[in-house]
Amino acid sequence: MLTFTIRRLLLAIPTLLFISLVIFLLVDFAPGSPMSQIPLTVPPEVRLRIIEAMGANEPIFVRYLLWLKQFFWVEPLVMIDGIFGTTWSEGMQRIVSWQSRSPVMDIIAERMPQTLTVVGSAYVIGVLIAVPIGIYSAYRQYSWFDQIGTFIAMIGFSVPTFFTGVVLILVFSVNLGWFPSIYNTSLRVTDWDSFLQQVRQMAMPVAVLALYNASQISRYMRSSMLDNLAQDYVRTARAKGMSERVVVLKHVLRNSLIPVVTVIALGIPTIFGGAIITEQVFKVNGLGALLINAIQGSDLPMVQTLTFIFAVLIVLFNLIADVLYGMLDPRIRYD
Amino acid sequence: MKLKTALLGAAATLAFAPAAFAERGADGNVNVLYSQAVSIMNAYLSSGTKDVEVGSLVLEPLAGFDQDGNVIPRLVTEIPSVENGGISEDLTTITWKLTPGLLWSDGTPVTAADAVFSYEYCTHPEGGCAQAARYEGIEKVEALDDLTVKITWTGPKPNPFTAFVGATSPILQAAQFANCLGTAAPTCTEQNFRPIGTGPFMVTDFKVNDVVELAANPNYRDPAKPAFATMTVKGGGDAAGAARAVMETGEFDYAWNTQINPELQAQMEAGGQGKFVSAFGTLVERIEMNMTDPSPDLPEGERSTAMHPHPMLSDIRVRKALSMAIDRSLLVEVGYGNAGRPTCNLVPAPAQFASPNTDCIAQDMEGAKALLDEAGWVAGADGMRAKDGVPMKLLYQTSVNPVRQDFQALIKGWWNELGVEVELKSVDGGVFFGGDPGSPDTFQKFYADVEMYANNFDGTDPEPYLAQYLCDKAPSPANGWQGENINRYCDPAYDALVAELASTREPEKRSEIAIRLNEMLTKDSYVIVPLVDRGRLSAHSNTLGGVVLNTWDSELWNASDWFRIK
Repeated sequence: MLTFTIRRLLLAIPTLLFISLVIFLLVDFAPGSPMSQIPLTVPPEVRLRIIEAMGANEPIFVRYLLWLKQFFWVEPLVMIDGIFGTTWSEGMQRIVSWQSRSPVMDIIAERMPQTLTVVGSAYVIGVLIAVPIGIYSAYRQYSWFDQIGTFIAMIGFSVPTFFTGVVLILVFSVNLGWFPSIYNTSLRVTDWDSFLQQVRQMAMPVAVLALYNASQISRYMRSSMLDNLAQDYVRTARAKGMSERVVVLKHVLRNSLIPVVTVIALGIPTIFGGAIITEQVFKVNGLGALLINAIQGSDLPMVQTLTFIFAVLIVLFNLIADVLYGMLDPRIRYD
Repeated sequence: MKLKTALLGAAATLAFAPAAFAERGADGNVNVLYSQAVSIMNAYLSSGTKDVEVGSLVLEPLAGFDQDGNVIPRLVTEIPSVENGGISEDLTTITWKLTPGLLWSDGTPVTAADAVFSYEYCTHPEGGCAQAARYEGIEKVEALDDLTVKITWTGPKPNPFTAFVGATSPILQAAQFANCLGTAAPTCTEQNFRPIGTGPFMVTDFKVNDVVELAANPNYRDPAKPAFATMTVKGGGDAAGAARAVMETGEFDYAWNTQINPELQAQMEAGGQGKFVSAFGTLVERIEMNMTDPSPDLPEGERSTAMHPHPMLSDIRVRKALSMAIDRSLLVEVGYGNAGRPTCNLVPAPAQFASPNTDCIAQDMEGAKALLDEAGWVAGADGMRAKDGVPMKLLYQTSVNPVRQDFQALIKGWWNELGVEVELKSVDGGVFFGGDPGSPDTFQKFYADVEMYANNFDGTDPEPYLAQYLCDKAPSPANGWQGENINRYCDPAYDALVAELASTREPEKRSEIAIRLNEMLTKDSYVIVPLVDRGRLSAHSNTLGGVVLNTWDSELWNASDWFRIK
């Protein structure tokens, strides 16, 4: 297992380098220019100087190599300096956003908490809802519970979040006035009141995202349970006189969880990716909103860095899912 | 009994206090929503309206503009004029006198050296200053003493209110920005996010593209202002969401640029939580006619250049007919409601520069048809016009935007009625306005027959705006497609008149020439077909008082006067 992990990690390096090049080229060749953000009232000479000051007019390979150096050398040094108080990165140029002229990594660090709390808790809640629903739906297949569960899952899966989000705002913010429609990122949880406030402002975005996640995962859980319930070992277990509780929750559930755990692990990078649309609707302003904003503003360094970080996370969690799979299922051996 | 009376008395005092004597910070917090989030507080490094406006709460220029476009003092005792000696007789210098005793929010005095520094900061060749145009034509800026700033122009300057006037050319604190000149400018993150200013508020927390937390500036020049102790400027979402947060949920007190369709406006206004405010500036949605041939059959490098005049649109009768077929009032009704009005002018304001021309307002379909007949474009059996076997067909492009697509559909309908075949094209705004010389879809390259967008000018003087239509400013392969005269309009008489405007000093004469220039482009030639004078539309809650919408300066220009209605 260890050699497998190490081999995979080493293989990830060229993969990631290749991904970074492809992302860079894609982002660069995509139509749109940071100039479109400059109002037409600014004369052409001034525009040209602004673009020059950004470094946006350098040849593409120069910019790519510079970005590689900044991402793999300067930024880690800055991080080390931040932790140990050293000054190795002094005077080095960091990756700077074109929109705000500030270091990209600082902005990402600033955005991470909101995204992790909102999107992360929505994922956890989604999983917690999905697993029991999946189990019971499979155990009582075609019962009214299963039918309703399927119906809700279909709704959660097929109705887009920009629709459910706005409906929730209209009902709970505009008509009932229970929850705020705009997320306050400056809120600090210091006491019971501010905690309640935080819960209230998280309620709607989390509900929207949890519904979406739960509907997806509950379907996986259900079908995986169904596969296992039909297996011979289940009949054997029942024939031995085991209680239904033990049969379903010990024998079947454990075996059914193996593929579901991988699915859940593979979904974790999407938490970091944020929820582009839901964040926009509720103005959570996390990583998803950051990405979409940067794309709209043709803020190349920001888009490039963010998408590359997502790529790293996806590669990493793929590996983790593979390793988990091997650990959960003794039949699978990589060596 | 006594206690009860005392308590009642105290309660009464509390209730009436704010009304009786205004006090700084007495009204708590005010929530402002910008649907485009703020990226930076330093207007010199961003030309985005949202950044300039929110930055103006902290950084102030020497003078600003009021809602009528008049210059008003901010950090100075009075506005210089030839009469008070502030402007030299030959119009080559202007001298500003700072108000004595002014302090930055950190308690240090504001001096003329700060203004000189701001000039150096923005004109540094490597700084990429977004507002460099404000400082054009300056020979030198000097501090005569601690409170006197003198600007010397390279020649007579009829409109000297560019440098240090308006939210786009604020005064930076020299001490704070000393190490941020030139290439170092963008690296000064702390300074750019938390500038020390003279404005009513100062930054307490700044989250990029998310939220700005501000607190009342303890050293603000008016001890009774601002009435609010803190201000939150949240960003993100869209115009409809922003309007809803003010008009329906009441979570926010003010929402910027709530440009939504008239139907939705009326629906939200019915909620009774707030109201929409609009004001008109110089922003005009217009159709631009291409005077050159954009035909794809021409070799690259000759397409849309002066080498080939447009086969249809070089005839003024065709251009005029296309303009006559448009019902501008209906366009306003569909797209903008109270935030728009029909116009025939490229320069719709300030009043002294606006032509009284209203010829185009009434739609005249029959007249338009007659004009086309006269021009030799006659209708065939299917109703579509042609001349010498060439069908009358136009490619009509604009940027992706719901209102613009509605306009395209309506105008296409009218032009079809005329017998003109129209092909519509919409290009993503990032490409259309991106100016990339390699892209065929930029508005400058104009590989279409007609195109639609909106433009305006900075400040109150239309001279630089009108000077965009000089012959030599036409985009072409030679200048990397970067000119502003995108119609490739070229009239020596126009060029001569622009030169005359530049050397004219008397205000009445300048107005006269500017009006003439505007008419040459619009009603005389129909090279530019103005459609709608677009106002600004913002929303504020019923409990927020003192809001005066201003299109000549920052929209938050008088945030120091805002107060809570109790």
